Amino acid sequence: MSGIPSYASTGQRVWYYTFRVICGVIFFFLIAPIVVVMPLSFNAQDFFTFTPEMLRLDPAGYSLKHYRDFFSSPDWQQALGNSVTIAPVATLLSVGFGTLAAIGLSQPHVPFRRAIMAILISPMIVPLIISAAGMYFFYSRLGLQGSYWGVVLAHAALGIPFVIITVTATLVGFDHSLTRAAANMGADPVTTFRRVQMPLILPGVISGALFAFITSFDEVVVVLFVGSASQKTLPWQMFLGLREQISPTILAVATILVVISIALLTTVELLRRRSEKLRGMSPQ
Amino acid sequence: MSDTTLDGPVLAADGTPLKRSLARALRRQKLRALMLIAPLLIFILVTFIMPVADMLFRSVENGIVEDTLPRTVVALADWDADSGELPSEAVFAAMAADLKDAAEAKTHTKVGSRLNYENPGISSLFRKTGRRAKKFDIEADGPWKEQLIDINDGWGEREVWRTIQTYSPTYTAGYYLNAVDMQVGTDGAEMRPEDERIYMLLLKRTLWMSLLITFSCILLGYPVAWILANLPMRQANLLMILVLLPFWTSLLVRTSAWKILLQQQGVINDILVWIGLVADDNRLVMINNQFGTIVAMTHILLPFMILPMYSVMQTIPPSYLRAAKSLGATDWTAFWRVYFPQTVPGIGAGSILVFILAIGYYITPALVGGTTGTFISNRIAFHISTSLNWGLAAALGAILLAVVLALYWAYDKIVGIDNVKLG
Amino acid sequence: MKLTKTLLATTALAATSGAALADGHMANELTLVSWGGAYQASQVKAYVEPYLAMNPGVTVVWDESSAEATAKMRAMNEAGNVTWDLVDAVASDAMRMCDEGLIEELDHDADLAAAPDGTSASDDFGDLLVSDCFVPQIVYSTTFGYRTDMVGDTPPTSICAIFDLDAYPGKRSLQKRPIDNMEWALYCDGVAKDEIYDVLGTDEGVDRALAKLGTIKDQVVWWTAGAETPQLLADGEVVFGSTFNGRLFSAIAEQGQPIGMLWDMQSFDLDGWVLPAGLPEDRKARAMDFLKFATDTQRLADQAAYISYGPARASSAPLVGKHAELGIDMAPHMPTDPANSGNVHVYDYEWWADNRDDLDAKFQAWLAK
Repeated sequence: MSGIPSYASTGQRVWYYTFRVICGVIFFFLIAPIVVVMPLSFNAQDFFTFTPEMLRLDPAGYSLKHYRDFFSSPDWQQALGNSVTIAPVATLLSVGFGTLAAIGLSQPHVPFRRAIMAILISPMIVPLIISAAGMYFFYSRLGLQGSYWGVVLAHAALGIPFVIITVTATLVGFDHSLTRAAANMGADPVTTFRRVQMPLILPGVISGALFAFITSFDEVVVVLFVGSASQKTLPWQMFLGLREQISPTILAVATILVVISIALLTTVELLRRRSEKLRGMSPQ
Repeated sequence: MSDTTLDGPVLAADGTPLKRSLARALRRQKLRALMLIAPLLIFILVTFIMPVADMLFRSVENGIVEDTLPRTVVALADWDADSGELPSEAVFAAMAADLKDAAEAKTHTKVGSRLNYENPGISSLFRKTGRRAKKFDIEADGPWKEQLIDINDGWGEREVWRTIQTYSPTYTAGYYLNAVDMQVGTDGAEMRPEDERIYMLLLKRTLWMSLLITFSCILLGYPVAWILANLPMRQANLLMILVLLPFWTSLLVRTSAWKILLQQQGVINDILVWIGLVADDNRLVMINNQFGTIVAMTHILLPFMILPMYSVMQTIPPSYLRAAKSLGATDWTAFWRVYFPQTVPGIGAGSILVFILAIGYYITPALVGGTTGTFISNRIAFHISTSLNWGLAAALGAILLAVVLALYWAYDKIVGIDNVKLG
Repeated sequence: MKLTKTLLATTALAATSGAALADGHMANELTLVSWGGAYQASQVKAYVEPYLAMNPGVTVVWDESSAEATAKMRAMNEAGNVTWDLVDAVASDAMRMCDEGLIEELDHDADLAAAPDGTSASDDFGDLLVSDCFVPQIVYSTTFGYRTDMVGDTPPTSICAIFDLDAYPGKRSLQKRPIDNMEWALYCDGVAKDEIYDVLGTDEGVDRALAKLGTIKDQVVWWTAGAETPQLLADGEVVFGSTFNGRLFSAIAEQGQPIGMLWDMQSFDLDGWVLPAGLPEDRKARAMDFLKFATDTQRLADQAAYISYGPARASSAPLVGKHAELGIDMAPHMPTDPANSGNVHVYDYEWWADNRDDLDAKFQAWLAK
């Protein structure tokens, strides 16, 4: 699909370009909110409004005060700290348990497969507010409410369906004769898993981990119930910011996160290209 | 070649009959699979299923009336609500004694607010009477019928007693009736008055709008997934970043951004006015209505549609399309008859994902939905954190859950849950 | 004279705090629940920081959960695991929690500081002690702000301007709940102020209120969070918007937005502290010690230097000074200032406690149609 063939008719050409334009518009739709958020985070005022000064590009309309606020406020710093300590651990739990279970589920003979699958996917199906309230009561009784592990466990549960779905999907196409061959050649089950199975399902595990991480990192309903003040995460702090007093600090935080994620995604892409080159694979 | 033609059972290498050996191997295989699944299953059961079950149990649980007013419940059992008469003195005396105990334990207002859900005004009746009840002397004072009615004439209303009698049992269907806009009337269940019917309307709206959102996600996601799957890897990966970026932006921020874009003095209206498409005094209303909810939620859920579609499209060899065309198919026929059918699992996976996620959303509809764009989850949240009618919240949640499970089941039957791919 | 008494009172206070500390029976961590935002900031500056300065070794943890206070208190109580020490709640929530036994009843005269002139706490707070469990801190009001540049030459003076689409075209923002809105609608439909709740108690009255609201329904933006109306006004999305008066003050005075105050028929409400029931002795002792300090005359007056809510003690009113940063006189911005409180609406807690669920169902059904 790199370009149109020279024999294409006029209609095909017109459609080719129209289609590109349509896709461009949709891509713009996807990033439009981010395009709006970035300039507003430099607003000199405390509202989410493009002021006349900003539109005139007058420097007086712009300021870094919301960024200063983010870096100097202990509330935001604590929230950031909580988010980066909760999300990875929750992700690790979801991925660990989830991958094992997905491998189990992909075995040829699993009793009650459908029922088990339904249970494992349920955190995605149950409306979040119901889960949140239920966890609140139940975790209170276990003494987990308002504790770090309470939030981590709750978030891990929410992330599991994504891991299960992505990993089982990669396993559907998995050729089981490979594990048998490995066993045949004397590998123990752990080695087989590590050296044969894991590399093949790794893409599924990684994308499951990504979803699980985002689920925890962007989750506000459950943490509001299950957490207490000392587990306040970034989304929680943002939620407060929207409810009590509008403050573009939220937008500054969002901008920082977007910049970090662009950097991360680009690094991953560059690393991938490099390893492709090293492995001598020609880019398509 | 069957067993019967042989003298004895076929033996495996270790001398055990093959059948048994195979059965054992199968059992071991099953066991190993279950061992792998067990940790997660237990984890989910404890951290998730039990909490949710515990919550949903509240939708039928009604022990509070029986526990707080034990004597009254027994005494009132024989009263015929349609007899046209008030309950007997014994019932009133039982109520006085129960109220005295309840007021000392401070539980009288709880049962009052429980019954107030069914019959407005009972809450204040219990509260006001409770204030005096601590000083009741059950033996000496009396007769209680006069005394109680004297304290508050609410006790002289048969409807109050009927409500107490109706909601005496330990379990109730009352919350579910309420959740489908019904109530217990004089002759069993009946519809609520027109001006109080809301939940069925909200449920229908939630389903309808989730469907619209799913549909617009398909419409917008399909071309994007297609171009991602058909561009060279390098370009596709760069464009993929654009799809993943919104994911990294907080849901709250994205919703706020849509507010800034869509409102009447917002960016889009400003641009339209500047171009001259829209008059300044006639700006478009695009937010605080269904349109706002659909746009914002389509945006938020679009990556969940694109990724599964993309992963399916990636596996379709481009040679199929070329083959179809070389056999004389037009572009459209080749796409519609050859390519599209192969992408259906991706569409299905994305749709079920988007639909299920959409149906339970409440923060986005609350922020951009106004009055006509709010979902049933908003009411559930309201009953959990504001009105504290947890039984009703649980009943609404259970109904919503049942709808989602039915859809999930249908999906599993038609497409198979294994075919869900997230990329 | 007055100064000496204030001084005496403060020294007495300091002495009690010191004595209690020496006892060693007070917990050193205090979990306070409040609303976040500018309001919580005013609490920090007015009495939490001074208290911590007086009691080194004590740490305060804030939980911004006041909006969900009743639900969470009930759940904590059910689970038998109360993690909060002192909760900031609006009066109606406090009454509800008190009714359910979730919070402690207090002896206001014994537990709270007297006024500097010796007036007992219960007399100093007066009618504002709406519940035995509740210690009011501030009087706030839900009232309207309007865009000064969108109302022409005739700024509104009556609340009924909200319902006048001819004179003031454009959108209005109202809180998404029946409370206040139903009363304002009936008032503007010609019902006398003291008959509002009698009328609202009948089905016809409810229909009448909804019909009046129906005349502007298309033009209403409904809000749920207090920060929404100031944002809508700042954007020029609405001509009028109801919100808490402190939010409007900060948009006008601190942010310089073109917004005017419409105080007519402002709806008074109270916000204050409540003490969760069943706390362990050491935590309770710490909470009570803080409570006594934080609700004395001077502290409540100090709070008014940071936010435009009226102090709940009569004796604090004369001490209200200037805004701590802007240096403007705070008194004229208080909802309780005589110039602002000529015509106020006092909302009936009791009536709403009984009828809220019922009216809410009707209101929401009406909204959804």
